[in-house]
Amino acid sequence: MKTVLYGLMAASMFASSTATPVEAGSEDVVVEDAWARASIGVNRPGVAYMTIRNTGDEAVILTGLRTDLAMMPDIHQTSTNADGVSSMAPAGEIEIAPGESVSLEPGGLHAMLMRLQRPMAKGESFSLTLDFSDGGEIVVEVPILGIAARGPES
Amino acid sequence: MTRRSILKYAFAGIAAIILTLVVGWWQVDGPGAPEQAGLRPVALSEMEFRLTDHEGNEVGPENLIGSPSMVFFGFTYCPDVCPTTLSDISGWLDDLGEEAEGMNVVFITVDPERDTVEAMAEYVGYFHPSIRGWTGPEEEIARAAQGFRARYGRVPTEGGDYTMNHTASVFLFDAKGRFSTMIDYHEPREFAVPKIRRALNRETGGQHEN
Repeated sequence: MKTVLYGLMAASMFASSTATPVEAGSEDVVVEDAWARASIGVNRPGVAYMTIRNTGDEAVILTGLRTDLAMMPDIHQTSTNADGVSSMAPAGEIEIAPGESVSLEPGGLHAMLMRLQRPMAKGESFSLTLDFSDGGEIVVEVPILGIAARGPES
Repeated sequence: MTRRSILKYAFAGIAAIILTLVVGWWQVDGPGAPEQAGLRPVALSEMEFRLTDHEGNEVGPENLIGSPSMVFFGFTYCPDVCPTTLSDISGWLDDLGEEAEGMNVVFITVDPERDTVEAMAEYVGYFHPSIRGWTGPEEEIARAAQGFRARYGRVPTEGGDYTMNHTASVFLFDAKGRFSTMIDYHEPREFAVPKIRRALNRETGGQHEN
């Protein structure tokens, strides 16, 4: 399963609202392999993963997430210290260098979907908007896999 | 300086060095050493705790002796690490197939406030059928974690909720309840499955490794 969405929306949005060309390139961002785990009800936070690739020649900064599925979507970072203890903290803004990609994957960065507004059902999907510092945005349709899914293919 | 006083100083100097060495040993390796993070779990037979499994049965470490065991800590409100660990374990069990039959596979919650017996039952139901979920009063969870040398702590999050930090390693014990080894989070599957196999095959006894 491969979700590829180009920043066309962001580009067209800018083209229509401003006469000047878009400066920093969220329109060059490609999102691939998005997937999420099904939730049990709405009390537990949901999670989504994806790879965000910057195909342009300028750095882009991911500033936040939006979705009608969760009131508080945020990118979190799981880290496991030398003692084997795992903890999670908001990752803040994420800069992606030109030609580089950032992977949101189990055990690392992840889109944490806090305050779910409805259960995440296996087989369904939801839209997640990625906001960038240049004002651009990318809307990703994220397929919801089973709770026990390990990656976009399972 | 007389010869006598030189000897006295030399003696005092040597005594001071010995004292320093002894104190150092005491604090680093001896009985005065702080509990090491990398400390291994004690044998299951030396642990003491009473918990309830996801089917409402009273359970304790003695339930894990007699067959090899795989034990890990987590909580069901954990969006990332715990479902990943549970699905990794489910995958290892699928890989092992019949070999892992009879193995005790136990997920102990570090968040008993939210992880009731019912919550555990619903949660483990999504993973491999061998996985059991154990919960219980906070002080019994603490006693269990102490035995496994697992750590956990509550961390408040934005909006008044909380999350839990916890040891994400998977502990393996042989059929006699002796600690075999652990699988660290992020360890590739090609290492995990042979480790489980080793714990499974130590059933007949033999030398304690490591």
